[in-house]
Amino acid sequence: MRPPGNPPSDGPIDDWPSSDLIGSDRRGLPPAGEKGDIDAVLAVLEQVPDPEVPVVSVVELGIVRDIDWVDGRLAVNVTPTYSGCPATEVIEQHIHEALVAAGYSDPLIQRRLSPAWTTDWLTEAGREKLRAYGIAPPVGSASKRSLTGQSDPVVPCPLCGSNATERVSEFGSTACKALYRCRDCLEPFDYFKCL
Amino acid sequence: MQNPAQKNVAQKTQAPLTDYLLRLGDSALVLGQRHAQLCGKAPALEEELALMNVGLDLFGQARNWLGYAAELMNDNVDADHLAFRRDAQDFRNLLITEQPNGDFADIMGRQFLFDAWHVHLLDGLTHSSDPRIAEVAAKSLKEATYHLRRSSEWVIRLGDGTEESHTRMQRALDNLWQFTGELLQVDEIDQAMIETGIAPDPEAIAARWKATVEEVLEEATLERPSYDAWMYTGGKVGHHTEHLGFLLAEMQYLPRAYPDATAW
Repeated sequence: MRPPGNPPSDGPIDDWPSSDLIGSDRRGLPPAGEKGDIDAVLAVLEQVPDPEVPVVSVVELGIVRDIDWVDGRLAVNVTPTYSGCPATEVIEQHIHEALVAAGYSDPLIQRRLSPAWTTDWLTEAGREKLRAYGIAPPVGSASKRSLTGQSDPVVPCPLCGSNATERVSEFGSTACKALYRCRDCLEPFDYFKCL
Repeated sequence: MQNPAQKNVAQKTQAPLTDYLLRLGDSALVLGQRHAQLCGKAPALEEELALMNVGLDLFGQARNWLGYAAELMNDNVDADHLAFRRDAQDFRNLLITEQPNGDFADIMGRQFLFDAWHVHLLDGLTHSSDPRIAEVAAKSLKEATYHLRRSSEWVIRLGDGTEESHTRMQRALDNLWQFTGELLQVDEIDQAMIETGIAPDPEAIAARWKATVEEVLEEATLERPSYDAWMYTGGKVGHHTEHLGFLLAEMQYLPRAYPDATAW
């Protein structure tokens, strides 16, 4: 059965959505080693955990988008995961505190909306840490199909590895997660959904 | 010195844009608040989590739209001020967003009719000539798409469910339908936005909204009321149903009672 809520493939709104749901400049941070200073800043930010999922750092989560110097002042660009993510301010504050503690005076923390965050920016190490923590990392790449539910992926249980899992609810303990259940080990778990 | 003719144009386009942003922001804010009112009252834990998360997305979107509107007003106001210090007649939200929660069919029916419009509008706005609007729309579109997926699933599950759930879902749809005309209504403010390329073609949005609604209602075995039915309008110019005042009284109580508070 075709999942509900999607435009019919042969209908008048075949081209919906007209825009890319997943916009990515794929630019992100400069490659490691290109600028020694940036590596040093990254090393500090790698110690700043996400407040909701403390096993991953803000760098691993992919929300640190740019590091630069503006008139001699360090500027870090951060993008929110969801528009209403209540952790956004706390994360910015923690980044500020960590940088000040590391000796950067008065760093500028800027919020950037575009391009919108995608789970594709979660690093490999971040995904592995999520799994070890009991949260299933996003399966595959973010796409229109994954968002509209046209292709629901098989989400392996992060606890026993079984593929016999089912979705209980589109939302879990935070906006970025869905609630799943394993039919083999019977444990419920959070799935970090593709966005 | 600025050319006086140019200045006039700027003034002329600024006011409708502010109003347009208030419409977007207030609709998200008021619908988000309807969700917040369900905290602790949802029929199941999973649905509670979902309702709160959808509400949270809407609050975040509201903050982005209202923050922009506040900057344009240049009147020493911010998004919080717009949310908490305005009275009902200053709100520009769509009437459907302020309708009461009622039963679960009312809640999901309201969400579905709104989502089906919201995704197509946001999709169009990602091509807006105003880059800031395009940016907020692109961010919101992902969230709204996921909301639509959930609300359509519920409308189908309830409509094509038991006799009781079908009856209630149809009743909710029939009650809410009179507020859908406003989703597709185009007034002079919308017209100004369309002419400047800020807002997308309303006919395309209407066609897409109708296609999504028809597809889901058919699968839900629900009868679609007529597009020509009599429709309520007025929310976009501040003429609201009696429900908004009560919602705002609750939502605004704390900041209005402690106007000097600097930390919460």
